[in-house]
Amino acid sequence: MSHDQRLRVWRGDASGGDFASYSVSVEEGEVVLDAIHRLQAEQAPDLAVRWNCKAGKCGSCSAEINGKPRLMCMTRLSTFDPGETITVTPMRTFPVIRDLVTDVTFNYEKAREVPAFTPAGDNKGGKFRMQQVDVERGQEFRKCIECFLCQNTCHVIRDHEENKPAFAGPRFFIRYAELDMHPLDTLDRRKMAQHDEGLGYCNITKCCTEVCPEGIHITDNGIIPMKERVVDTKYDPVFIGLRIGRRKDREVVGPAGGTGPSPIKRPGGAPTYKPEPAASTSTALAPAPPRVQDVAGRVASGASAAATTVTKNKSAMPAVGAAAGVGFLAWAIRRKRKK
Amino acid sequence: MAEASNAVEQHDYDVIVIGAGGSGLRAAIAAHEAGARTAVVCKSLLGKAHTVMAEGGAAAAMGNVWPEDNWQVHFRDTMRGGKMLNNWRMAQIHAQEAPDRVYELEEWGALFDRTADGKISQRDFGGHRYARLAHVGDRTGLEMIRTLQQRAVQLGIDVFMECTVTRLLKDGDRICGAFGYWRETGSLIRFTAPAVILATGGIGKSFTVTSNSWEYTGDGHAMALWAGATLINMEFVQFHPTGMVWPPSVRGLLITESVRGEGGVLRNSDGKRFMFDYIPDFFKAETADNEQEADAWYADHINNRRPPELLPRDEVARAINSEIKAGRGSPHGGVFLDIATRRSEADIKRRLPSMYHQFKELGDVDITKEPMEVAPTCHYVMGGIEVDPDTQAAKVAGLYAVGEVSGGMHGSNRLGGNSLSDLLVFGRRAGENAASYVTGLSARPRVNESDVLAATEEALGPFENPGAENPYAVMKDLQEHMQSLVGIIRKADEMERALKEIERLKDRAKKVSVQGTGRAYNPGWHTALDLRAMLTVSECIAKAALTRTESRGGHTRDDFPQTDPEWGKVNLVLRDSRGAIDINRQPLPQMPDELKTLFEEGK
Repeated sequence: MSHDQRLRVWRGDASGGDFASYSVSVEEGEVVLDAIHRLQAEQAPDLAVRWNCKAGKCGSCSAEINGKPRLMCMTRLSTFDPGETITVTPMRTFPVIRDLVTDVTFNYEKAREVPAFTPAGDNKGGKFRMQQVDVERGQEFRKCIECFLCQNTCHVIRDHEENKPAFAGPRFFIRYAELDMHPLDTLDRRKMAQHDEGLGYCNITKCCTEVCPEGIHITDNGIIPMKERVVDTKYDPVFIGLRIGRRKDREVVGPAGGTGPSPIKRPGGAPTYKPEPAASTSTALAPAPPRVQDVAGRVASGASAAATTVTKNKSAMPAVGAAAGVGFLAWAIRRKRKK
Repeated sequence: MAEASNAVEQHDYDVIVIGAGGSGLRAAIAAHEAGARTAVVCKSLLGKAHTVMAEGGAAAAMGNVWPEDNWQVHFRDTMRGGKMLNNWRMAQIHAQEAPDRVYELEEWGALFDRTADGKISQRDFGGHRYARLAHVGDRTGLEMIRTLQQRAVQLGIDVFMECTVTRLLKDGDRICGAFGYWRETGSLIRFTAPAVILATGGIGKSFTVTSNSWEYTGDGHAMALWAGATLINMEFVQFHPTGMVWPPSVRGLLITESVRGEGGVLRNSDGKRFMFDYIPDFFKAETADNEQEADAWYADHINNRRPPELLPRDEVARAINSEIKAGRGSPHGGVFLDIATRRSEADIKRRLPSMYHQFKELGDVDITKEPMEVAPTCHYVMGGIEVDPDTQAAKVAGLYAVGEVSGGMHGSNRLGGNSLSDLLVFGRRAGENAASYVTGLSARPRVNESDVLAATEEALGPFENPGAENPYAVMKDLQEHMQSLVGIIRKADEMERALKEIERLKDRAKKVSVQGTGRAYNPGWHTALDLRAMLTVSECIAKAALTRTESRGGHTRDDFPQTDPEWGKVNLVLRDSRGAIDINRQPLPQMPDELKTLFEEGK
């Protein structure tokens, strides 16, 4: 029941690289990561790939498979035609380290900016009382395995290196939503989510939701409610929302993390997720090798046939994002009242 | 080797924690809070450690579901589950402190499932008398590691990700640091620190069928042994009863015990609930002997006895093994685990979401409609570094061990759910004690430059090697020998053969060479280095298993099927003696009388 599977795998590092073609024998029921492992064991011992649990639980083996951001361990080979060549490339949004491994430090730096859960008063020794229905909202977001596929697919930073400093990305918007929905938290992170973390950049195209291997409703349950909570304070036409049924005692906070050297250590020094000039001229996102100048063009012309629905018309428009949904409504009402 | 030099970057700390799973992170948090300059060093990215694979929950006698529960009952369950070979003091501390450690997680943002009155919910698990496992669906480990990770980040603890430690460094008799390399660049790195906490997890990668990831190569076990520490109970390897068997690519992948905790039952090819045939005398008094009583137990723990599916893991794994051997297995060589006919579709999806997902995605099986096929899989090593029960200090000054890499707590068999609470309880203790050890030093130990040089040569050796052995092939052969010769059922002649094979593999490992472009993220090189620890640990397991001529817990001898009371009085302790491994029998620490009375009630 085994067959020979043809694979194209991007090989290279920050200085450049290219696709290498392989043919590897695979068995029934195997996933893309199995094929990559067999390549490693039999043909390419130095093929770099990140993985751990091989069960969709740790979020290490993120890559782009035929242009689609996926976990390699959860992509079964049987979902492709046996004769099809499967193209595997590293996540495009992050700088490539080698082959399929990218530098995802960006995410760990953004994580530092999240002001931690802060319960009120003395809660030591099991005094918390919360209802299942209330914790379930946050639990959905805590299912996140930090595969960073949502970050990778988000057009605000994919091919927009310049947006990275101002934008935390979907993974962290659901973190802010989770904390905002925690029944016992006392901090108000709405302002900072908008101003410092770039919530407004998101124009809810739902690409993140589409690629989430955990099926978290990132946009509908996380980002949109968070945007609503932001406009609640920012654009409330009658200021009633501020006063009725709200937690009034929450302390408004800015980003955490401090200004000292980052505790996330990298070889030879400090983290380097700092923006570099966007080099790519490519318009196709799939199958997308890392942003190495001379390869980009070739890929764009050669392999864009496999482009998927993940990459519809998208552009980063902060102003639109901020006023999306309820914000727009609030503005419209206010305008009407003025008249 | 062109792009990386032999320069060794240096970092100074008070406490270095190696490993960033639950125990490593908890230890780092404790050391940091005690004022020590602390860093965590881990082979993977932060938050990917094996703790994320833990599914069922953290055992803690909070009494939220059954007020009858308390630490004494938990202590008793733990000791009986380990067939009384546990270090009693560790089991006691664990049972006493687990609830506070779980509450602490909640204070740091963990969102556990709740009871109707808003407390942390607790679920049933094998070997636990009462529903005791604090849980989040079936992804408790993820919740735990994320909570600890977020806490560590909040505290600003330094993290060295994708950085592998290959050697511990010593100044005379004391620990003075650690040596390793960055996976990303292949460049070398050394830490100077008077205290090192090993939190490197287990050894499962020495076996073919395992629920463990690539990281589980026994680094901590081996490095501690090489540095002069002792290992204890290495013959006890837990084969989790329920691993996936089909498709082949996921063979060994864990199926949580919660499936049985939530009402799932095991059946053979005749459709029979065979566990009723395998109730050992040791657990007869507390185990239901008929289906009616077993099923009634889920609602009423007081007036009914537990279903035999919830016997400790060693018993269930052996029973499954026997059924398969007797020809009553499932089509792909397992037995059936059935939750579909026992619980509603909605309940299964709510209580066991990742199991549903895992089978749907990887096996094309809808567990709400059909049974799963399961067979035992290598899951956990009870053995580990011998530590002081109160401080987690190993036999080398400045060295601490915590979590799976430490030994003693679980005796010959670990109960499900006791691992997550073990990580928390002893993680905190290790961190605090390591920090206070450093504070108490009058002078900081110094790194010996010649040791660094030796470690450098060792690490870069595979590049210089003219040999032509493929590291992946050596690893695969080791796994196959361990699986077939030192697996779930053991015999003297097979283990002797295994030891001979290990010697041969050691020779081959010396000849492995690295192909490819260089040191930057070169997995062939990483594998070549991992082999050293895997071979050492495999030898320890085989030697200890050969020596213990009885069956107990996770150690089953075909040639010595009985449990021998004389063997119940000793631990096997292993020590490195100039490259060879010495084995000694060491009497068990004596339990005080007031704890002994807990076992006299006959219940």
